Amino acid sequence: MKLIRFASIDGNSNGYWALMALFAAFIMAALGSSYFMEHNGHWVTGMNNQIVWGLPHVFAVFLIVAASGALNVASIASVFNKKAYKPLARLSALLAIALLMGGLVVLVLDLGRPDRLIIAATIYNFKSIFAWNMILYSGFIGIVGVYLWTMMDQTVAKYNRVAGISAFIWRLMLTTGTGSIFGFLVARQGYDAAIMAPMFVIMSFAFGLAFFLLVLFAAYNGTKRELGDAIVLRLRKLLGVFVAAILYFVAVFHLTNLYATEHHGVEAFILRDGGIFTQLFWAQVVIGGLIPLALIFAPQLKNCRKSLALASVLVILGGLLQMYVIIIGGQAYPLQLFPGMEVSSSFFDGVVNSYTPSLAELMLGLGGVAITLIVVTLAVKALDLLPVSMADAVADPHHKD
Amino acid sequence: MKTENITDTSKRKFLGGAALTAGIVIAPGVLLQTVQAKPDDQPVTNKVRWGMLIDTNKCADDCTDCVTACNTENGLTGFERPETDSQWIRKVTLKDKQTGHVKTLPVMCQHCETAPCADVCPTGASFKREDGIVLVDKHICIGCRYCMMACPYKARSFVHEDLTDQKDHAPRGKGTVESCTMCVHKVDKGESPACVTACNKEHKAMYFGDLNDANSDISKRLKQYGGKQIRADLGLNPGVRYQGV
Repeated sequence: MKLIRFASIDGNSNGYWALMALFAAFIMAALGSSYFMEHNGHWVTGMNNQIVWGLPHVFAVFLIVAASGALNVASIASVFNKKAYKPLARLSALLAIALLMGGLVVLVLDLGRPDRLIIAATIYNFKSIFAWNMILYSGFIGIVGVYLWTMMDQTVAKYNRVAGISAFIWRLMLTTGTGSIFGFLVARQGYDAAIMAPMFVIMSFAFGLAFFLLVLFAAYNGTKRELGDAIVLRLRKLLGVFVAAILYFVAVFHLTNLYATEHHGVEAFILRDGGIFTQLFWAQVVIGGLIPLALIFAPQLKNCRKSLALASVLVILGGLLQMYVIIIGGQAYPLQLFPGMEVSSSFFDGVVNSYTPSLAELMLGLGGVAITLIVVTLAVKALDLLPVSMADAVADPHHKD
Repeated sequence: MKTENITDTSKRKFLGGAALTAGIVIAPGVLLQTVQAKPDDQPVTNKVRWGMLIDTNKCADDCTDCVTACNTENGLTGFERPETDSQWIRKVTLKDKQTGHVKTLPVMCQHCETAPCADVCPTGASFKREDGIVLVDKHICIGCRYCMMACPYKARSFVHEDLTDQKDHAPRGKGTVESCTMCVHKVDKGESPACVTACNKEHKAMYFGDLNDANSDISKRLKQYGGKQIRADLGLNPGVRYQGV
């Protein structure tokens, strides 16, 4: 392989500054939303004592999971020694850090007492997977940061493989930990399943790669640098495999539940009778699964960038829907205090709980996405992250169409 | 009072040495928790395990005295917003799908021996006292609501807005989670929880006492008549038991 030359982007165009202004506006809106929620209390949101985690959690968990997956390209290069992916490893690591930062900010700003973050960072209950996640999340930023450093500084390049393997193991632990937040909830019918952890791992692969592809396209289109078909085709196939794997995990999860009579209630709720949750579940399967698969694998579209970009957008949308169904739908279905009994009370026992997300929650969630994008936009200007050319001859000389 | 003495001691320590002070400042929650965990005249021990027994056959369908007493005792006034207002205890109506038989019973924090809320709490704000009472340390609760996701009994509430006119003995805080304290402030003084006292005025469906003491009224009743746990399948060994369900 030829020597790959990296260079920061100029970042002086009107387009660049327009993007920065757009992201900044969303971030300001998110901060304002958070202040509004914290000042008044959470009653101004759609959340309540029944649906305790709302739209901010949907965005936060999605971004955190995607962060792990954004590292795919770097991991494949370092851990599995696939040279074709090496030139894009820097962007992959940077995006992973940026996504995690976006997710964490949303998570923290939705706390009842975000001012007490220092407590969460200093007092740990090690039986809590949440406490472990605090360590996994901050550790991820640190390890991937070092990993990025070994890619960019020749004096420490010899540690690149060690850093890459460490980051790879760490990201698997991170997504396992995030899935286990739900997997460990024994009392709720919609959760309490070991498959949550590996399902979140595979979801991370797809969401992160979809995000990576969109950032890659935007960066190369925006800077008019060359991006060859060879690497794009590889990433296209990879995304297809990951999307199919999500569908497989979702199918196994629900089939297993359907076998056990005790889960028939919650399965009927998600798959058939749950109104908006049922609609979103099947929308996720179609929009986030079947349509992207068709766009990715249709022979006529093999080298069509637009179809891959559209597939990536749909995978992200489907991912958000999937998180919504898991997080909100899982809470909407009532707790089973007395199995076999019809239950009612003044505290919404035995009823399907309702949730209407507020504008503040939506803006907070979108603010997380904006933080991710502004970090990436700033970093590609400040650091030599992007190869000057990803033309086939440079990136993958042995590529055969 | 002993509590004041302890506070004074920690104040003196605080003024004592700068290096030592730093450590104490970093962990104020731990200090406060230690102080709170000790009643005025004796330390909390695991020799007792406070519990409740509810005889649902005596619980009247239309009676909500326990709920009213709890709200009054703990200053739970509410904002006419049922979805976000706190409820530490509620009357639940059960109807057998097969037979149509209906009965009502109060449900509150079940004060589990292995409490899922305490397990999942990242900071340890949700904790179980040695005597079995499950509480939230409002000083270190960050309001993440993971305990509410984990509680099988829907026993917890999140404080969704600013509060006024709080009771000194039941401090609460916007942005933190709360639930039945088994009226720990009364129990530490040797009294019964407010709900039990209220119920005993007429229906006498609720009993409070030490589950570890074989001679306590509650233990004798449980031994003689038995008592069921809600969601016994989860193996949490709750401190609240029910008869007649």
